[in-house]
Amino acid sequence: MFANLLGRLHWSSLPQDAITRGGAIMIVVLGLSALVALTVTHKWKWLWHEWFTAQDPKKIGVMYIVVSTLMLLRGFSDALLMRAQQATSVGSSTGIVDSYHFQQIFSAHGTIMIFFVAMGFMFGLINLVLPLQIGARDVAFPFLNSVSFWLFFAGMGLINLSLLLGEFSAAGWLAYPPLSELKYSPGVGVDYWIWALQIAGVGSMLSGINFLVTIIKMRAPGMTLMKMPMFAWSVMASMSLVAFAFPILTVTLALLALDRTLGMHFFTAGAGGNPMMYVNLIWAWGHPEVYILVLPAFGIYSEIVSTFARKKLFGYTSMVWAIWAIVLLSFTVWLHHFFTMGAGANVNAFFGIMTGVIAIPTGVKIFNWLFTMYRGRIKFATPMLWFMGFVVIFTIGGIMGVLMSVPAIDYQVHNSLFLVAHFHMMIVGGVLFGYLGGLTYWFPKIFGFRLNERLGRYAFYGWFIGFLLAFTPLYILGLMGATRRLDHYDASMGWQGLFIVAGIGVLFLAVGIAFQVLQLVVSIWQRDQHRDLTGDPWNGRTLEWSIPSPAPVYNFTTIPVIYERDAFWVTKQMDGKRRKHYEDIVLPKNTGAGVWIAGFAFAVGFGMIWHMYWLAVIGLVGVVVTLIVRSMDEDTEYVMTAQEVEKHENALARRRMAV
Amino acid sequence: MKKHLKIWFGIVLAVAVVAACGWYLSRYPIPVLQPAGVVGRKERDLIIFCAVLSIAVVVPVFSLLGYFAWKYREGGTKAKYDPEQAGSRMAEIIWWLVPSFLMAIIAIVTWQSSYALDPYRPLESSKKTLHVQVVALDWKWLFIYPDQKVASVNEVAIPAGTPVDFEITSDTVMSSFWAPSLGGQMYAMPGMSSHLNLAADKPGNYEGVSANISGKGFAGMKFTVKAMSDTAFRGWVYDAKHAARPLSAANYAALARPSYNNAPAYYSGVQSSLYDTIMMKYMMPTQTPEPKTVHALDAAKAVD
Repeated sequence: MFANLLGRLHWSSLPQDAITRGGAIMIVVLGLSALVALTVTHKWKWLWHEWFTAQDPKKIGVMYIVVSTLMLLRGFSDALLMRAQQATSVGSSTGIVDSYHFQQIFSAHGTIMIFFVAMGFMFGLINLVLPLQIGARDVAFPFLNSVSFWLFFAGMGLINLSLLLGEFSAAGWLAYPPLSELKYSPGVGVDYWIWALQIAGVGSMLSGINFLVTIIKMRAPGMTLMKMPMFAWSVMASMSLVAFAFPILTVTLALLALDRTLGMHFFTAGAGGNPMMYVNLIWAWGHPEVYILVLPAFGIYSEIVSTFARKKLFGYTSMVWAIWAIVLLSFTVWLHHFFTMGAGANVNAFFGIMTGVIAIPTGVKIFNWLFTMYRGRIKFATPMLWFMGFVVIFTIGGIMGVLMSVPAIDYQVHNSLFLVAHFHMMIVGGVLFGYLGGLTYWFPKIFGFRLNERLGRYAFYGWFIGFLLAFTPLYILGLMGATRRLDHYDASMGWQGLFIVAGIGVLFLAVGIAFQVLQLVVSIWQRDQHRDLTGDPWNGRTLEWSIPSPAPVYNFTTIPVIYERDAFWVTKQMDGKRRKHYEDIVLPKNTGAGVWIAGFAFAVGFGMIWHMYWLAVIGLVGVVVTLIVRSMDEDTEYVMTAQEVEKHENALARRRMAV
Repeated sequence: MKKHLKIWFGIVLAVAVVAACGWYLSRYPIPVLQPAGVVGRKERDLIIFCAVLSIAVVVPVFSLLGYFAWKYREGGTKAKYDPEQAGSRMAEIIWWLVPSFLMAIIAIVTWQSSYALDPYRPLESSKKTLHVQVVALDWKWLFIYPDQKVASVNEVAIPAGTPVDFEITSDTVMSSFWAPSLGGQMYAMPGMSSHLNLAADKPGNYEGVSANISGKGFAGMKFTVKAMSDTAFRGWVYDAKHAARPLSAANYAALARPSYNNAPAYYSGVQSSLYDTIMMKYMMPTQTPEPKTVHALDAAKAVD
């Protein structure tokens, strides 16, 4: 009876081999010590009231970024293992892990880096900055925002639980069937993959809608669309893509789950199933996903380059058109991920050309950024370095992408390390560099002090040099015929030397990451020396710099009225002293309902993975009941009166003076 | 003086790196760039054409980036500062049009090459095309010669200079058939049959792999293309015909079971319907590993 209740869960589900065991023990020890530390210092209450139940997008943003940073470390340790394996597993040596384990590592690496690093980082930055940039006090649906974050957190929890209990998917980050079907992957790994992504994906979809509505409905008076900062434009475009693309992911994952759990045949090899359908569907989401990630990064680069060149963004209208051209085109290129599936020449040629066409608006953006620097006064602060690094890496990666858009070329490089090098150049050099630059740029607005510049520069050089060393050899390896995901190869291929160079590159990257950790520690340590007393540490142009740092919970004491692009820059040029004026502000009350919903969603996922269906039912009922109870609650807001706001502002000002 | 040293150090380092790379690469084959077949050669030429074309983008971007970063740096007070400049219609027209023009060239090339190098398109030759049926198994490649009635595992012999039509399917998960020296790549999928037309210029051994993850033994799923003279090929077929094992239903079932790093093996007595049988079993409501009766096959063909 008891065994039935536990479904597939068994003692043997605990980690069996040394490396997983080591990782599992490390996670458990770190987790336990965090719990003990919180208990000893009586921080639970503070954590619950100030953070977990928070509805303030700035706090939610910080939580996103904290989780994403931890996941970056997890995904990076996977990368270290992969590089170690491929540098050593040659000829008679079998390296450090067996093939099945290796396949779990790269599947986890890809899944974590896309869903729990890039996506999390992106939503984190949007939460931090978007309401500030458009002169809003909050997002359109604060509670939904909290639910989104906690669903993301639950998905993250599930994927990491797979280290402790059972196994992770060994079918690659997109789990192509038939390999991911029950017949070929009977374990819990693929189920972990499905449910972690399903739960986090629903959160992403809700966020997409939330931010889209926020931008459409909550801009400050006078801020017409064409007066928005470029980051806001890019978020609007990216969130439109989320709203259209993520439902495809949800359905695809659900169909795969039906195959695996109820024995249906959507994507099975036989019995009328069609694996090619899955490949089409997953990329109909997957390709827009790339642009979902990169568009906000483009927005960040636009902010950085015009701020640090102290000049208006070049070709604002062109930039907007380019963004929306990319949005439309991104839905017309998915087939380039499988030119080798045997579609006819017509189909391949069409998708090849559409893919190439996306390079046009992207190229336009690059030239606009470059000409923003023209006749500027460029200050090479760390965010600007990330921008420069991005232009170099993204241009090379983009060229390689155009190369691969020609189907006949793709036949020779598809699924090779050439492809791996290309998409890392786009997603690390394009996406992550932008987010890291953006984090340095906006950090003082959220925390009230700047990050250490020197250590930030060192971190950038570590990343930049390490990245080129780690991925340039992969292009050559691809041309030498090395396919991706190999856990072993023959010495006669001559790949080992290049794999070792790539491994050294990853060590440089590790140094870069170490500098970032050090930068954070040192900056917190010396925070009083780096206080941002003006609220405008970079001589910024957009509204977020018009308010004190750290930004107060209500963002703006009075909602600004906008007349021009770069609203704050214009105000500064007029040098008009703004009259202080206070008003009552309505703010959302904190609520733990988001945490509960995500907790129940986690139970649904866990129950489905381990076939504990009773738990899944309880979880599902829990989600619905919590939602109903929350909807009945009419007391969800509180008013901060004008006097309270004034008191708060004065207290903040006094605290700044004290430093 | 110090600056000179730095520059010299940089130059020496760059030359050393390039020399080291060149020396290293000269020792090993780079099949995509040194193809041994007509298809691979055309694909290589395309890569080089597009790479050269891309210089038109890379050079202006990198030089503008370096030049502007240096000229308009904060310390350089001589350069003009124009904070209000927000665009230039002329300039923007140029960089909408120039990339569009480059893309138009690539689009034409894409269109033409997609037809010319369509993997399904038979290669033009005075010689008769050799048919080879490829079945991806866990975790090896089975090559069936339907006309010669032989089969081999992880080794495929072809006469050099003769066009070969590989007909590709899978009796397990998805794999990808890739022989980079000859050119091209094609997915092997259960219940589907795809084609890849290739040819080798001259005799030689060329490595082939599976390029799509298929489970535990994926890395060992390799094969050798043995291109040989027509006479040698006839000899190879003769040897295979006299191989001890016939590819009976039972032997095929044994072969299809998962195994790792298989050494080359040869089979005689191959039924010419084997490939269709393997494919068709995924078309049926139930999956039976045994070959279908003639009747069932006919029914499946009618559906097809």
